[in-house]
Amino acid sequence: MIKDITIGQFFPGKSIIHRLDPRIKLLLTVIYIVMLFTASGFTGLLAASLYMLAAFIISGIPIKMMLKSIKPILPIIIFTGILNLFFISSGDPLVEWHFIKITDDGVRTMIFMAARIILLICGTSLLTYTTSPITLTDAIERILSPLKVIKFPAHEIAMMMTIALRFIPTLIEETDKIMSAQKARGADMESGNLIHRAKALIPILIPLFVSAFRRAEELALAMECRCYHGGEGRTRLKQLKTAPRDYVAVVITLIFLAAVIVLNMFSPI
Amino acid sequence: MGIIKTENLTYVYGEGTPFRKVAVDNINLDIDEGEIVGIIGRTGSGKSTLIQHFNGLLKPTSGKVFIDGDELFADKSRLKEIRFKVGLVFQYPEYQLFEETVYKDIAFGPKNMGLSEDEIDRRVRETARLVGLKPEYLEKSPFELSGGQKRRAAIAGVMAMEPKVLILDEPTAGLDPRGRDRILGLIKEYHAEKGTTVLLVSHSMEDVAKTVSKILVMNNSKVFMYSDRSGVFAKAEELTSMGLTVPQVTRVFDRLRAAGIEFEDEVFSVEYAKDLVLRLLRERGQSLD
Repeated sequence: MIKDITIGQFFPGKSIIHRLDPRIKLLLTVIYIVMLFTASGFTGLLAASLYMLAAFIISGIPIKMMLKSIKPILPIIIFTGILNLFFISSGDPLVEWHFIKITDDGVRTMIFMAARIILLICGTSLLTYTTSPITLTDAIERILSPLKVIKFPAHEIAMMMTIALRFIPTLIEETDKIMSAQKARGADMESGNLIHRAKALIPILIPLFVSAFRRAEELALAMECRCYHGGEGRTRLKQLKTAPRDYVAVVITLIFLAAVIVLNMFSPI
Repeated sequence: MGIIKTENLTYVYGEGTPFRKVAVDNINLDIDEGEIVGIIGRTGSGKSTLIQHFNGLLKPTSGKVFIDGDELFADKSRLKEIRFKVGLVFQYPEYQLFEETVYKDIAFGPKNMGLSEDEIDRRVRETARLVGLKPEYLEKSPFELSGGQKRRAAIAGVMAMEPKVLILDEPTAGLDPRGRDRILGLIKEYHAEKGTTVLLVSHSMEDVAKTVSKILVMNNSKVFMYSDRSGVFAKAEELTSMGLTVPQVTRVFDRLRAAGIEFEDEVFSVEYAKDLVLRLLRERGQSLD
């Protein structure tokens, strides 16, 4: 069913990873990405994966969820893998047949790239698993707020993101309801050719658009009724505060980054 | 076997996630054909989930559902055919309107059934009359209608499929008393005219009491009881403990009886109460003379 789609995919919990300041968590994720891209050999990647696995275990998110996050990008991994395998011609040839040439370098790069993408996705999905979308946009707003000096609308962008995120589940629920209602009237969305299926979407899309516009209008009115006038002078209910644990997390992450850089010197490729 | 029968029907939302919830718990039901049944329970008691099983929109986590003797999901190719036997009107059905004209929208269901043009036309006009939409409205856009008219047009869209069972989920939600009485009235009329089974889901005891003959009370995902009106209202205390109330007028007359006034009837509606009071007064008046 459509409800099974998880967007935002926040997994509520009380682990230390959940309680980290979201701004710090964003920073850590950036350092982690840097770590992955500075790693030039397998030992470096191994260190990065140790870091990521440790974080996963501490967060208490089931490892199953980590594997689930890889699933949607599997085609990309396979695609880049094939490209690397066939188009890298340096190194010793392993297979040579007509125009196809597979070298040991190609195989190594394929595995290396695949590992890097998988680590990238697992690590970044840990951020969304442990941080609710609303806190995340909050953090983004705070990080971007210095840019207000150059008239960058940080608050407005964060507000739009928050609203969009807030309405994703609502609209999914709405779509589900409309689909059920039209199915109950005998609408058939699962069979027929492409044109037939596209046509079958009309009874769902029109009511969905109508209700999305209605909701937008109601929300705007409700916000105005509560004197919303943009970000100027707004205070917040939940102040973001950094705690000692945040600094500890940063230091640990930086140690790992240093380790990866050192390992690069001893590792081939 | 009745028109709707369930065997150990259980449905669980979000199995295997932290949000797991048993919405419908081991339900055994047998509803006879031609009955008009009220399904009542507080918000979250599993009413809406239960009725979505009756036309195969939800697949039971375990247990079976039979419609007119046919088991749902036993043969997937027949699901659509069985689905046409059960017409389901969702909450706020006016949000499902999409066609250019009211006529086309009411015709959507019958068209999906593959009926002939003449038959579709007959059904659209007949149901429009039944729900009290004037013929000139049929050529209007559904978005031009008023709230109550939209709702009646949407209900007509399901009635036009002439299902053996008509299920309405909170058909009076968000309407003013006049609109509410109108919808309840047309449901009663439809039942009287067609004689088919009608299920009316509501959390308002007052609405249900004046419309239906039997009541199914849901509490915490389970069936608390399925009985006729007086049987249900006799359990006033239990109903109150699960956040439901006996209709005000029924309570008043229970108190009158307790106070020593003698009458045989069970009172479920204000109109009936009025007649009863006048009759009792007349009887007394005569004996006084």
